Amino acid sequence: MRWMAFWTTIVLLCLSGCKKQQGESNEIVIGEYGSLSGSNAVFGQGTHNGIALAVDQVNAAGGLLGKPVRLVTEDDEGNQDEAVSVVKKLIDRDNVVGVLGEVASTRSLAGGSVCEQAGVPMISPSSTNPDVTKDRKYVFRVCFTDDFQGSVGAQFALKKGWKRVAVFSSSNSDYSKKLSFFFKQTFTAAGGQIVAEETYSDGDKEFKAQLTRMQSKNPDAVYLPGYYTEIDLILRQARNLGFTVPFFGGDGWDGCTLDSNSEGCCFTNHYSPEDQRPSVQEFIAAYKAKYGAVPDAFGITGYDAARVMFDAIKRAGSADRNAVRDAIEQTKDFPGAGGSITIDANHNAKKPIVILEIHDGKTHLADTIQPN
Amino acid sequence: MHDFLQQLVNGLSVGAVYALIALGYTMVYGVLRLINFAHGDVYMVGAVIAYELAVKMAGLNSPVWVALPIIFLGAMVGCGALGFTIEFLCYRPLRHRPRLVSLITAIGVSLLLENLFQNRRVFGATPRVLPQLLAIRPVLSMAVGSAKSPVVVTNLDLISMGLCIALMLGLSWFVLKTKMGLALRAVSFRVDTASLMGINTNRVISMTFVLGSALAAVAGVVDAMRYQVDPLMGLIPGIKAFVAAVLGGIGSIPGALLGGFLMGLVETFLKGYLPPQYNNYSNAAAFVVLILILLIRPSGLLGKTTVEKV
Repeated sequence: MRWMAFWTTIVLLCLSGCKKQQGESNEIVIGEYGSLSGSNAVFGQGTHNGIALAVDQVNAAGGLLGKPVRLVTEDDEGNQDEAVSVVKKLIDRDNVVGVLGEVASTRSLAGGSVCEQAGVPMISPSSTNPDVTKDRKYVFRVCFTDDFQGSVGAQFALKKGWKRVAVFSSSNSDYSKKLSFFFKQTFTAAGGQIVAEETYSDGDKEFKAQLTRMQSKNPDAVYLPGYYTEIDLILRQARNLGFTVPFFGGDGWDGCTLDSNSEGCCFTNHYSPEDQRPSVQEFIAAYKAKYGAVPDAFGITGYDAARVMFDAIKRAGSADRNAVRDAIEQTKDFPGAGGSITIDANHNAKKPIVILEIHDGKTHLADTIQPN
Repeated sequence: MHDFLQQLVNGLSVGAVYALIALGYTMVYGVLRLINFAHGDVYMVGAVIAYELAVKMAGLNSPVWVALPIIFLGAMVGCGALGFTIEFLCYRPLRHRPRLVSLITAIGVSLLLENLFQNRRVFGATPRVLPQLLAIRPVLSMAVGSAKSPVVVTNLDLISMGLCIALMLGLSWFVLKTKMGLALRAVSFRVDTASLMGINTNRVISMTFVLGSALAAVAGVVDAMRYQVDPLMGLIPGIKAFVAAVLGGIGSIPGALLGGFLMGLVETFLKGYLPPQYNNYSNAAAFVVLILILLIRPSGLLGKTTVEKV
């Protein structure tokens, strides 16, 4: 009797697990995964706003292939394991044509491996670690990579006259590790000196021990490639210790508190709202009309990622995953809001980088560097 | 010298919070022989209450000297009530069951609180920063030797250390000098006999939970002001404070204080003096130090070695 119950359960589980045979569906389903909550919520929410805006626009213009686009969004709570399971859910349950996400490289690597196995095209809006797309057939990105970002950061530091720099990176973030690696490479090659190297872990809250040690080495500035949640705490604790040198970093700074603690700090990013190019200003106007706020960098990269996906589906002429993948790979001179997007052989996009400086509680565009 | 003194301040400031949480572990263990694993989450609830009150206070533009006591008292009362409820609903019905049952229940309560507060309608998984009621600023800065930067003690460091020591003294007075404290010691000595002597053991046990939870609330408020508030913030401090309590000798109130400060110091000094590439191991190294101490003194630094009579 007990065994019968056991086997019945197994059979029922198998049946419920079976994929619904989907014939011609009457809509195009696109999946999105991101950190809508959790310690990187700014990343996920900004990206989601950008993607949702792109979906609204494409549907207002009559959809794709004559069908409306439906966006299915899953929250991974900023958790790597959760990212894997929600991407599986998007593929198995919702049978999506393509996946958009993530911002954090660690989670893009995790979700990317699921998409790669299932043969579903994925576009990351703003993961910059080179490994995210490396040797992946189905994973693409619409932003620059950390080798470019790190070297721009290093050159900027030297231009500022910061010769002695301390590096404070996160040891469990793929993004932070790679970005600090490329920064150090360019910085020391160009004659700069790394006076201290300290690490923390994402999720840490107490940084004074490392900050005290860095402080005693008297650096001109501190390179801090991390995410805004930790950056806020690090800056506050540094200032409490009387450690007043400027800190600088990469696009993970977008979302940090702009106050007296971050005064004089700077970071490399995907976009600046002060950028006067018409494509950027049009995007800002549309975003403001929908959300009533100025978009952050994740808004514009999310918007561009979604539009590259839509463009590929249009060019492929079908919702077949492999046809869409091929079309994404052939993307050339696509007029993205943040600049023209051409997917290169490594599945990356070459885009200009902006350097933002924090002054009086606002970011200011300090420089724009074109890719070589 | 500058580094050493600054790390000492950093370590003591962190250790004070561990000590406050460890007091709750040690008191509950003293009367019930129960490791209350939900204690770290009571600390988290204290921080959440502090956040909610601070938002209200900032909205009312109340001055610091009004807002701060209200936040501390509010969190202590709220957490005291929570501690009472947890004991009443979850541990009291199981008191005469094997001890393992209560232990597993404690883990269940811990998971319940963490997941409840991750719910968007309750608090949500996104960390939040308290509105700045108290501007954290240096109150003491001493120039040491030739170092360019002085050793800095902030007002929050002083508050956390001062509160910790004051509350420990208050608690010692309560336990040693009051009638209720006498009852508490009697219950921790032997529950059955204490109850035969006319002590209302249920009331004593409830009071222990209320006191311990109120102390955890103080730690929660300090950390809410210092860091951020999120539903999983109690996990790591909870474990560290538990180890601190064991290190000091579980069941001993001065032991919890000593263990807490020691834990904070060991952790900070390891981070500050291990070569940077081993920074990640500082937590592990702290636990290794504790294991070594416990190998030499199995009942903790201030714990009494009891001989089990057969």
